[in-house]
Amino acid sequence: MKLLVTLKRTPQRDARIRISEGGNSLDLDNVQFEVNPFDELAVEEALRIREAVGEVEVVVTTVGGEECEQQLVSALAMGADRAVRVDHPGQLDSLQIARALAAVAWKEEPDLVLAGKLAVDDECGQVPAMLAGLLGWPQANQASSIELSEDRSSARVVCEVDAGLETVTLAFPAVVMADLRLNEPRYASLPGIMKAKKKPIEILSLEALGDMGDLQCRVTGFQALVDKPPGLKVESVSELVRALEEKKLI
Amino acid sequence: MTDTLIIIQAASGELSKSDLSAAGFGRAAATAAGGGFDVLLLGPMAVDLSSSAGMIGAGKVFTMSSPELDVYTAEAYAAAVAAFLDGRSYRLVAAATSSATKEYFPRLAATLAIPMASDVLKVESVDSQKAVLTRAVFVGNLLATVELEAPQALVTCRASEFDAQVPTAEASPVEEVATPDGLSHPGKAFVGIEAASSDRPDLKEADIIVSVGRGTRGPDEGIPLCERLADILGAALGATRAVVDAGWLANEFQIGQTGKIVAPDVYLAIGLSGSIQHLAGMRNSKTIVAINKDPEAPIFEVADIGLVADLFDAVPELTAALEKRGG
Repeated sequence: MKLLVTLKRTPQRDARIRISEGGNSLDLDNVQFEVNPFDELAVEEALRIREAVGEVEVVVTTVGGEECEQQLVSALAMGADRAVRVDHPGQLDSLQIARALAAVAWKEEPDLVLAGKLAVDDECGQVPAMLAGLLGWPQANQASSIELSEDRSSARVVCEVDAGLETVTLAFPAVVMADLRLNEPRYASLPGIMKAKKKPIEILSLEALGDMGDLQCRVTGFQALVDKPPGLKVESVSELVRALEEKKLI
Repeated sequence: MTDTLIIIQAASGELSKSDLSAAGFGRAAATAAGGGFDVLLLGPMAVDLSSSAGMIGAGKVFTMSSPELDVYTAEAYAAAVAAFLDGRSYRLVAAATSSATKEYFPRLAATLAIPMASDVLKVESVDSQKAVLTRAVFVGNLLATVELEAPQALVTCRASEFDAQVPTAEASPVEEVATPDGLSHPGKAFVGIEAASSDRPDLKEADIIVSVGRGTRGPDEGIPLCERLADILGAALGATRAVVDAGWLANEFQIGQTGKIVAPDVYLAIGLSGSIQHLAGMRNSKTIVAINKDPEAPIFEVADIGLVADLFDAVPELTAALEKRGG
């Protein structure tokens, strides 16, 4: 059985992101990067599936420049078997990235693709579902539990939807997007980090994978939120009630 | 090709506040593009909803239903919209952000090979080749201007940022559209849904939300006090990630980056510190009231009214005071 995990290099979750002068781009010079936290959940889930059923190859993949190999190495250090980087240093939109990942998926023929439900930088949450659409595979989003069938040909997935917990079954091949409560990702062990250095990272050129289409979606500017003026401090519940009454809120 | 299509999932017999706000987005997009907007009702209640959907200013209301759309699946809904759009030209195709549209809109975008903008807050401009939209990035800490360069694009819009369309006097024409077979994916099956039953309003519909954090110490301690307060106010109950992770409340109560994004008239934050992920889900509430015993809690930075107090004293006192004045 083969699992393909797609991941993205994103700024560290507590990084302070500044807008560059002029407001057209972000100043990421002094920012540390990590595996997008939701993708890390997907890596962890793949490793747990391997531990549970054995004879599973876990392949991690990303689309981007050489710097993204740091994040592939992080996933290899957690325990993934090998990595594939689609080389493209420039800007791509969600659909182009999904097309590149679809090309990787056609080549690798995994039983299941796992990805995070959202990247914490642009927060689009588009690529994995686009990938499912391009592949024509069934999908499940916001997964909080994935249970493989006895014969490993399908999975029962619990999804955190607006109304509650929805359960669906997916016949493989399929795409599942990880949500927060799916698992607690492990830290890479020291032996894991040592081993990762020897694990293969295959580099594919984007052009060789085919035509990814035009860039149709671009971010052209950023704005910081305007700080809110300090609010009213009340000293007691009766003052709070009075303040709410004055604002005609109750 | 200047019109916008608004898609509404017709699962219940009533239009929700989100549906009306999606129509508000339709109005905003239509104004920018110089066209109008139509509505597509998709699902088992499509025909039942068509009379109320016909009173919100749409040029036309279309309905699509079939046994394959009775229960939502991303695969069937994406296929149904793709079938509907075949031979019809809309400038933008939009719906309110929901767990369903988060899932099936990107799938649809991929099959139509058109770009998409997620959870849009504002329409800046729309012409025949380019749509310029504003959306939040980095846990809501920054706003980004996004340009979709294509004659057709998909948009999910954050319902709380658009005015609900008010009922119009004139009814829009309604057309039932033939729904093709074979929409479902043979590899996908819906098993069931588990939802906490509650008499309180839905988070996305509520004017007032009482939201609880870890400081409430759980269902045997502070949460019932907050529930009583919510009931006096006719408010919905919300929660932080920590509360849901602890199993104190179900996932559908969670507000934040994971969970729901809300902007009610009044947001009462009780015993919650205000992580950036939580703030991302509620910072646009009209009035934020915070009760927390820690004066340094970040929630006070966004609160319009703040009370530094022990919730175990303040919440019962507030409930009693509101009860006395009759709600």
